[in-house]
Amino acid sequence: MSETLVEIDDLKVHFPIKSGLLFDRTVGHVYAVDGVSLSIRRGETYGLVGESGCGKSTLGRGLLRLVEPTSGTITFDGTDVRALKGEQMRLFRRRIQMVFQDPLSSLDPRQSVESLLVEGLKAHDLHRDKAAVRQRLRSTLDAVGLPSSTLNRYPHEFSGGQRQRIGIARALILGPELIVADEPVSALDVSIQAQVVNLLGDLQDSLGLTYLVIAHDLAVVRHISDTIGVMYLGALVEEADGDRLYERPLHPYTRALLSAVPIPDPYIEDRRERILLAGDLPSPADPPSGCRFRTRCPWSQPRCAEDRPLLRAFDDSGQRVACHFAAEILSGDLKMHEVRTELIHPDTDAPDVGAGLIPTRTDLP
Amino acid sequence: MPLLDVRDLKVVFQRKGAEPFTAVDGVGFAVEPGQTVGLVGESGCGKSVTSLAIMGLLPRRGNRVTGEVLFEDTDLLRLRPQDLRDRRGRDIGMIFQDPLSSLNPVIPLGLQVAEVLERHQGKTRQAALRQARELLDAVGIPDPARRLREFPHQLSGGMRQRALIAIALACKPRLLIADEPTTALDVTIQAQILALLKDLVDRSGTALVMITHDLGVVAGLCDTVNVLYAGKVVERAVRHDLFADPRHPYTHGLLRSVPRLDADRGGRLHQIRGSVSDNIPWPDGCAFAPRCDRVIDDCIGATVPLTPTRRRDGALRCTNPVPLEVPA
Repeated sequence: MSETLVEIDDLKVHFPIKSGLLFDRTVGHVYAVDGVSLSIRRGETYGLVGESGCGKSTLGRGLLRLVEPTSGTITFDGTDVRALKGEQMRLFRRRIQMVFQDPLSSLDPRQSVESLLVEGLKAHDLHRDKAAVRQRLRSTLDAVGLPSSTLNRYPHEFSGGQRQRIGIARALILGPELIVADEPVSALDVSIQAQVVNLLGDLQDSLGLTYLVIAHDLAVVRHISDTIGVMYLGALVEEADGDRLYERPLHPYTRALLSAVPIPDPYIEDRRERILLAGDLPSPADPPSGCRFRTRCPWSQPRCAEDRPLLRAFDDSGQRVACHFAAEILSGDLKMHEVRTELIHPDTDAPDVGAGLIPTRTDLP
Repeated sequence: MPLLDVRDLKVVFQRKGAEPFTAVDGVGFAVEPGQTVGLVGESGCGKSVTSLAIMGLLPRRGNRVTGEVLFEDTDLLRLRPQDLRDRRGRDIGMIFQDPLSSLNPVIPLGLQVAEVLERHQGKTRQAALRQARELLDAVGIPDPARRLREFPHQLSGGMRQRALIAIALACKPRLLIADEPTTALDVTIQAQILALLKDLVDRSGTALVMITHDLGVVAGLCDTVNVLYAGKVVERAVRHDLFADPRHPYTHGLLRSVPRLDADRGGRLHQIRGSVSDNIPWPDGCAFAPRCDRVIDDCIGATVPLTPTRRRDGALRCTNPVPLEVPA
């Protein structure tokens, strides 16, 4: 089952920034996705994590060509997706379906569940045989754990978790091979989140689905993914399987991200070393030169400003990292230094709370 | 003596033509000076309504608030509105979840911080703005002099939340209520803000009421944790006790349903059946009973009281609690 289903090579999605009253002049670009290469094996779950604005959702949408990529290639099961034209592309989308974050705004409030589900079938001319449609609706609802009585009801009648199940049912009904799930559980409560995560796992086991899960919650992504890609400012900075990423994070950003995720255990929380990142994400319209992360990186070196590190295989474990100094940081040869948020006044001696590196305190009661 | 003592707080929403709905049903907890107390629960458990009721920020019409909110022996619920306004912002600061909607979009940030100082400390605009600059600096906003003139939309989410914290702290309140202060933020920014809050509490001795749904946040920050379900406190314990030995089946289930970064991967997560809103109006007796794995006959019908446990500061509202784990 290690056959590659999706191959993305040097994908770029740039959004033009327009200005001017009469003639739209392009004054710059937002480099939302800037050269991402990854491959997803059939039957696996690929988790894409990163913070808001890192381009992970744009990448997912670019894969379905819901936004048109600027350059790069997407190969899905041998088909060059970017070469497909109009009608071909529309028919092709049956093989890739999407689950969205907010189930309430992604379901039309005026459509009953039946109408929502049949719409996809109609688009692909699969709705003629009434008996087959009935059968299909029933089995799909069954798969996501909803009773068939839901068909005549409307989205507002359901709770958040049930709505997300409807969203998943809508994605499943066409029998896709790949499901792109964009933040599928982040709008849900913890106990409901567990239900949906388990459901996604069950469906993968029974239907042999491949997932691209896009999320900001590293704990959720690690739980469900076979491979995890970490994105920062439009680029993949590290890729590894879930266990390895946690045990041996190589990229400084991955380290900071892992150390920032709270763990529901006071004993661990009290002892953890925290890498607090200074400042915010730089603007994707004006990314830093060289390494994108260097402005916030506590290990950054002069070379980082000049050379943009490429995603390279770190060793034969398959872990890939985009950092010049990954090996030195791992071995401890390179030490952390202070990073200051831009433009702090050197003349005030106020404590730079949160801006520097503060290790977790252990002296709290 | 506790700084804040909430006793039997009850909020009933009464809408025309609808059944009255008890959103908060007898919540009680106490906060000592310098202590951090957590209120945890899922959406709809009444945690935000509790905080709004404490601050007197619920609309006057359409709801009934009963009980006592004692802030150093003054019952905030019985204060006249103008007296309450004097206290809000001076003695008690509040940080809300979404900084963009809690800041005024058409007023420069500096004035919004300075306003508090002018109102409560009678400072001149000049002096207030000077202090606002220091406040922004203290919460880690770079280049505060420039930020004072900027509008909220010009700031990033983390920066806005810092500004909101600066406003809440302007008058050095003795109590700070933070309602999901990091939920709208990214994890690395969340870590910055939590470190900031922790540092402020440590240094200034401000008491903090932390309202959140995130058990991970609570684990690192709160001294005592109150778990809310359906408008009631179902379990209270010192954080080390709560996370090591959750006694209420809801707490127990909740802790096991969170995917943990440091746990083994794969496998199924524990799931709690149904959802909070499935059982509205909440039944008599234990509101969690319809979703509970340990439900027995005694759970249904009679109200289950919140009884103190033998643990320090502990209390539990359950007839059939999860047995304490016997050390192997």
